[in-house]
Amino acid sequence: MAQSEVMSSYWRGFRDGLPFIAVVAPFATLFGVLSMESGLSVFETVAFSVVVIAGSAQFAALQLLNDNAPLLVVILSALTVNLRMSMYSASLTPYLGPLPLWKRITAAYFLVDITYAASVQDYDKRPQESVAQKFAYFMGVATPVCPLWYLFTLIGALVGEAIPSGGGLDFALPIAFIAMVAPTLRTTAHMGAAISAALLALCLYWMPFNLGLITAALAGMAVGAELERRGWA
Amino acid sequence: MIDKLDLWITIAALGVGSFGLRFLFLGLVGDRALPDWALRHLRYTGVAVLAALVTPLVVWPAATGGETDPARLMAAAVAVVTGYVSKNIYGALVAGAAVMVAAAYWPG
Repeated sequence: MAQSEVMSSYWRGFRDGLPFIAVVAPFATLFGVLSMESGLSVFETVAFSVVVIAGSAQFAALQLLNDNAPLLVVILSALTVNLRMSMYSASLTPYLGPLPLWKRITAAYFLVDITYAASVQDYDKRPQESVAQKFAYFMGVATPVCPLWYLFTLIGALVGEAIPSGGGLDFALPIAFIAMVAPTLRTTAHMGAAISAALLALCLYWMPFNLGLITAALAGMAVGAELERRGWA
Repeated sequence: MIDKLDLWITIAALGVGSFGLRFLFLGLVGDRALPDWALRHLRYTGVAVLAALVTPLVVWPAATGGETDPARLMAAAVAVVTGYVSKNIYGALVAGAAVMVAAAYWPG
């Protein structure tokens, strides 16, 4: 395989990743700010983003830590938010599965919504590309996206250190969750999942250890899946 | 205040767990496909968890001691509608935040 073809796939991925900086930068900044508001240090805030590298799960964990939820509930809830990553992993395996182990480990670490969505589209469009080119494309998308997730978390943390806390900032996190969910309510199945999970979360709020959250989320998933099976997707 | 040990346990567990979910099929399972029913459920994890997480925070905000607050309800409703109509995360974020800021400066 000619090296130049691999490099051209890498740079195509890089270009496709660039516009997503506009998505990543504000969210990473917001995480940095809210993390500092929650009393984390700059180092802890950035470490959170580097180790976990998953926006909505990080926000969810932060909220539940603030609520003094039991540790197991914090971890399980945030991981449930991330369950979709295993779906991405399964979906990329036919393309990237033949890679050597260390490259699969690298791809797994950088597997986020953006790298997945861009890569799957590109693999679909260019089935003739080699595995090496496909991996290069994936890493190309990750190059502008993931380091900026860390960098803007840091910027947000430094900003958050400077601004005083309070003043309705407690509600920035819930608004952020809504902003993440509302645009994804494309189908009746998505609506059904969201509405049933929301109502059940209110009804089951009395349950100890935030178990109402997990129960409501699982029920919402089941409602969405069932509606989809009946053709409401 | 978040306990430091709790925080680091959370970061470590989420790091290992998230990587595990990402590596699960790519690294371990090979190219066997997930069953349809599993994929169907996985598609709705994000909306279901986030909706379940956010609704009690909107209806019974901790900052008001659990008292339902019209400003927060309004901000949430505006964010939902804006996000749904515009399909834009930042539109929803800005609209919701605008209501909170407006409410903070409302005379009375």
